[in-house]
Amino acid sequence: MSPLVYHALVGFVVLNAVIGMVTYVTLLERKFAARMQSRIGPYYVGWPHGWLQPIADALKLMMKEDIVPRAADRWVYNLAPLAFLVPCILVFATIPFAPGLGVADLNIGVLFFLAVSALEIVGLFMGGWGSNNKYALLSAMRAVNQIISYDLPFIFAALVPVVLAGSLQLSVIVEAQRAMYGAFVFYPVLGQLAFVAFLVATLAAENRVPFDILEAESELVAGFRVEYSGMKFALIQLGEYAHMIATSFLGALLFLGGWLGPGPAWMGPVWFLLKAVVVFLVVTWVRWSFVRIRVDQILAISWKLLLPATLVLLMATALVVALRSTGGA
Amino acid sequence: MAETTAQQTVEIGYGGTERLVMNMGPQHPSAHGVFRAILTLEGETVVAVDAVIGYLHRCHEKLAENLTYVQYPSIASKTDYVSAMTAELAYVAAVEKVGKIDVPKRAQQLRVLVAELQRIASHCLWLGTWCMDMGGALGGGATIFLYAIRERELVLDLFESLTGARLLYGFHQVGGVRYDVPAGWAERCRQTIDLIARRVDEYEAMLEDNPFFLVRTQGVGVISRELAQDVGVCGPLIRGSGIPYDVRRTEPYSSYQDFDFKVPVETAGDCFARYRVRMVEFRESIKIVRQALDGLAEGPISSRPGVKSVGQVRIPKGEGYTRIEGARGEVGCYLVADGGAKPYRLKWRGASFSNLAVLPYIIPGHKIADVVAIMGSVDPVFGEVDR
Repeated sequence: MSPLVYHALVGFVVLNAVIGMVTYVTLLERKFAARMQSRIGPYYVGWPHGWLQPIADALKLMMKEDIVPRAADRWVYNLAPLAFLVPCILVFATIPFAPGLGVADLNIGVLFFLAVSALEIVGLFMGGWGSNNKYALLSAMRAVNQIISYDLPFIFAALVPVVLAGSLQLSVIVEAQRAMYGAFVFYPVLGQLAFVAFLVATLAAENRVPFDILEAESELVAGFRVEYSGMKFALIQLGEYAHMIATSFLGALLFLGGWLGPGPAWMGPVWFLLKAVVVFLVVTWVRWSFVRIRVDQILAISWKLLLPATLVLLMATALVVALRSTGGA
Repeated sequence: MAETTAQQTVEIGYGGTERLVMNMGPQHPSAHGVFRAILTLEGETVVAVDAVIGYLHRCHEKLAENLTYVQYPSIASKTDYVSAMTAELAYVAAVEKVGKIDVPKRAQQLRVLVAELQRIASHCLWLGTWCMDMGGALGGGATIFLYAIRERELVLDLFESLTGARLLYGFHQVGGVRYDVPAGWAERCRQTIDLIARRVDEYEAMLEDNPFFLVRTQGVGVISRELAQDVGVCGPLIRGSGIPYDVRRTEPYSSYQDFDFKVPVETAGDCFARYRVRMVEFRESIKIVRQALDGLAEGPISSRPGVKSVGQVRIPKGEGYTRIEGARGEVGCYLVADGGAKPYRLKWRGASFSNLAVLPYIIPGHKIADVVAIMGSVDPVFGEVDR
């Protein structure tokens, strides 16, 4: 089998797996939120407990009328969902699900992930600008503000395990955690702080409450996607959840030891998925218990607290690594 | 923002060059009904706000002229549909004042009982919707909303077994109340308010231990003591600005003077102060409900016989104004009677109406996100604003 065909095949499988995961992660979140709010959640579509609800939602969105506002910038408006979706899906290319199981285990995997996931802002801004709607425009402005502010702490937090492992390759980072009870979170002080900073920055990068000022439906109705309907709306939702899952995967790889865990080797992907789901649920838990904060407060938290903190953390990590390498070993 | 007239909008000076006029409402997720705010923005900062009301006008005062004293109480509940019991009470109290009709002790106490239960239910809805304004329907705000609605349902269940209705009751009638408490109701009521008292503690723990909630509410939307008096806000708003004004205390009606409760006052005047006032009112209402259940007098529930025809109640010529403390503040009803079975003229004073008037003074200078937080803290009900 030529490498081209092989990669196309793997890409196809991963793409569909991602889309499948997105649909069922929405169900997971809805059920989880329902438990928190003393509700039941989706129940009637599919037995038991609404297992067909995501499928029904997807079908409904596909069959809805596609409305393009007359005053919209048609090219920008129509391209925005794609420009948003592609980077969100593309980051999965570099995620290894088990040793050797993944599309491409790049030797600059972390860098690729961070760079590509930052591209989603282009799609966001296109959507907000192209809709020619004031709510969407304000949301796009907020998006640029927020993503720029939170990408830096996000990157710095993600760099802590990179420095500890001495590599940007995700599989190497995972293997480096084998000595730490299988996870960097157990690295004294640094690991825990970095994980907390990573989770906070993740919330902002994923636009989740308390940092969901882009969507902010009590002020901006639906933010940058207020004019989107039908399949374009579905694509934006798909991209958002794909980004969320990708970030959960990244957290599981960088801090929780990826596929490392007790049991035979085939359990690796299962452990990995479980850890990613834990990260996802922590983020969801925060989402459904906090109120949203204001745009100026969000920026203040990033620039005055999170950015200096992660920067100091990264420098401390580098110091520890440097001392470790010179002081023996 | 110095002296303004009704035509001018209050505007703050701001160094920016480009302004954006954004329309919020009447169809908007946090319009609390049909409020429309035309915001002038400089970036994220609101420099001026134009409040537009009137989308829910249903000619209530004209309706009152065309309906008899027997018919209108159940329509009066539709002015403030979130706190229907107090709206009805304002109307029948006005009729009783003009007609010099006595109300038996038991009926007065039952009125207090339902009014306080209604206050609890109304504050539950306020807490939920306000948190949803700040926290989003897809976030922590929705969680509080669903918790609060869960408790409101319990109170509505009580009302359902008392009157047969869950939102608009028709409980009061001229001369007393229409229904007596059914067997076992008092015990159920006690259990419900005990449960709500515990749940209110939970809300406080969930909100006040949350720094994000505090930064969103403290120092936001400050109504100074002077402004509160100038604009004439009432209810939890004026008590949140340091003025201990409560109609239940300043001009007791329906035997409120027999009850032991305190009027909560906060001095900060911000959203958090208004929140604190209402949270204490939850507990005070629970206290009053307990007292009312304990000391319920025996006797008739109405000084007039049961209703046989809609034209049965006739009020001699005269006029009068009554005011009561609704969940949102002072609800007033001015009635002119001409001796017939219908009022000659009726004027409603809605608490939400005068409370909303403060918005153009306090919103400019805040961010867009604060607009909805401030509006939610005012707790407007548009049935009462527009009538």
